[in-house]
Amino acid sequence: MGTGAKTGATVKARADLALNDEFLRKAVRFTTERLRNGKKKATDEHGNWEEWRERGRQIRLHTIAHLDYYLNLFVNNARANGVHVHFANTAEEAVKLTLDIAEHAGAKSVVKSKSMVSEELHLNHALESIGVEAVETDLGEYIIQLAGEMPSHIVIPAIHKNRYQIADLLSKEAGYTLPPDTTALAGFVRKKMREKFLEAEIGMTGCNFAIAETGSMVLFENEGNARMVSTVPKTQITLMGMERIIPSWADLEVMATLLPRSATGQKLTMYMSGITGPRRAEDADGPDEMHIIIIDNGRSLQLGDPEFQELLNCIRCGACLNACPVYRHIGGHAYGSTYSGPIGAVLTPSLNKNIAEWDDIANASSLCGACYEACPVKIPLHDMLVYLRRRKVESGNGSMMESIGMQGFAAVMGSSARLGGVLRLGKLGQKLVVRSGVIKTKLGPLKGWNTYRVTPSLPKESFRDRWDTLDQELKHGLKQMDPTMQNRMEELVKKREQEEKQGKGGHGHG
Amino acid sequence: MKVSLFITCLSDALFPRVGEAMVRLLAKYGVSLEFPTVQTCCGQPAFNSGYWKEARDSAKTILDAFEDSDFVISPSGSCTGMIHHYPKLFEDDPIMLQRANKLQSKSYEFTQFLVQVLGVTDVGAAFPHKVTYHPSCHGSRILGVKDEPLALIQQVKGLELVPLPFAEDCCGFGGTFAVKMADISGAMVSEKVDHVLETEAEVLVGLDMACLLNIAGNLRYRNEPVRVMHLAELLYEGVK
Repeated sequence: MGTGAKTGATVKARADLALNDEFLRKAVRFTTERLRNGKKKATDEHGNWEEWRERGRQIRLHTIAHLDYYLNLFVNNARANGVHVHFANTAEEAVKLTLDIAEHAGAKSVVKSKSMVSEELHLNHALESIGVEAVETDLGEYIIQLAGEMPSHIVIPAIHKNRYQIADLLSKEAGYTLPPDTTALAGFVRKKMREKFLEAEIGMTGCNFAIAETGSMVLFENEGNARMVSTVPKTQITLMGMERIIPSWADLEVMATLLPRSATGQKLTMYMSGITGPRRAEDADGPDEMHIIIIDNGRSLQLGDPEFQELLNCIRCGACLNACPVYRHIGGHAYGSTYSGPIGAVLTPSLNKNIAEWDDIANASSLCGACYEACPVKIPLHDMLVYLRRRKVESGNGSMMESIGMQGFAAVMGSSARLGGVLRLGKLGQKLVVRSGVIKTKLGPLKGWNTYRVTPSLPKESFRDRWDTLDQELKHGLKQMDPTMQNRMEELVKKREQEEKQGKGGHGHG
Repeated sequence: MKVSLFITCLSDALFPRVGEAMVRLLAKYGVSLEFPTVQTCCGQPAFNSGYWKEARDSAKTILDAFEDSDFVISPSGSCTGMIHHYPKLFEDDPIMLQRANKLQSKSYEFTQFLVQVLGVTDVGAAFPHKVTYHPSCHGSRILGVKDEPLALIQQVKGLELVPLPFAEDCCGFGGTFAVKMADISGAMVSEKVDHVLETEAEVLVGLDMACLLNIAGNLRYRNEPVRVMHLAELLYEGVK
């Protein structure tokens, strides 16, 4: 991480920095709201969104379940198209492969289109270390490259910056003052990028989808820069997570519907490029040499893990970030890694398998489920966050205090008699802290809660204390149930019993 | 027909008035609830924190309490939602798993029972106030209870329903989240309350006392007089 990035040892410390940064919070709120509203409009207009979501999920489930087959098919077809295909087990291997290709091409300059995998590998630093200039050509990526920061959003890397901050950054680069006006700023970058496209020996891209049946790779973008990157330079390198595969072009139709609508609310992305091998004799443009580096870097750890395999279904649309009420307040840098938001909170510890080190990100969620609801392929991120917490506890990395607390919880809640006793004690004990019916003290465990709230006191009688009196009163003079209602209830019980016999029980209503 | 009340530990200890309103309202339809006192807590605080062994100790009291019930009704989408996690919690124990599946299929949140099972949307209540509604995350997302409360609210005479901006955003409670990530949770509840105040409603109504405890706590902290009620309380007050 370079200068200007939000640093801190824990998610809590990083979140505190963000919570005290009004510029950041305003910028994040503004853009996530725009994207959320766009998505809502685009999915409402679509008409059959839920069916398409399920279709998208099924395509991803099927592909990942047969990933070995489809990867093999993709690689054979891509090689037949004249692509050099490489495999990298780790980030280090992927970096080394890239540097070797750059050295072999005698490259001085690499232009890059947006790629989260490249961010995951921290590739720009590696290229610079061998004297190769790496230029991000996506506007948002360019801004954070100038700022020396990590992306704070999967789709909108500079979401945390407003146009005044961006004008400052670009003015420094220009050597003169640029107005904080979007058109002027984009105009400056466009002009600068034209020069860079023409200079570069290598164009480097990510990969939104890889089509197994033809060995093609597909790029989604809105600025046209990825098309420049993949047509002008003589050599193209594509970085691809091993799970980016889909079986066919027919499946792409589903993905091309789900991804832009979920990401930005667009019906279609502005540019969708399908690239099948390097330039052929009859092609007007394209690279003479094309490399695809397929990267594992922790992805295969999810294969065969029933609780986490669905993570590989992710199509990197960022909808979970835009829907997340926690992300809304703390932005992406608080997550402390390349991938932020709910998907990042699960992906980072999963890819690294270092749960103990990353556990605190999994705690930065209220488990509200907005991420799952927003996800175009229905990844149950809110459940996965709980599984991460459980794995941390079960691997002996839980906090001592919490563990003692939870054992206490189990002891009290394991028996209604003990719960009753604790409530009676509570009613006595609270006399020390209750003032005008509420508790305001900021001592001990109430500190965090009472910094923003007051706590109600326990009433004189709990429900269980009141029950006998209430029950007697109501039983006396209870009216006969309406026969229609009685019927509805009996029918439901019958239906349930039948389903149970057929072994379908358990998922009934709701 | 055995219809049982799953009071939830929070309503039992802090908000007995909610359970009482619910029981009294259902009595008007001739539904006589029984209350098995062996029930304690659904186990959610431990489950969500990753302490599944401890969660099972607590969940067992719920499975025991409602073994013979035909319907189990609670005033909380979140606690009923927790019952939907029981099959996962007990996946390694075939006998408990079977009991968990059975309990899940007969558990209902209060408005779900009223609307889906009894077929009631108009309880005949009048409540001449300006009201806004916060849909709690677990009820709406785990159980899919979205239309039922609105159907009930819309039938209340004299009630003016004002839409809550960003209604579907979490209030920031999240159980132990509110303690562990107190400042993030604080930012969330403060924004939720800003939105409640924007509506200029006299009453905030909801279906989950944990969320309402959180929102009311911030309202009181700010000395804002907005009344906070569970929908069962509002409906019962409207028919009294």
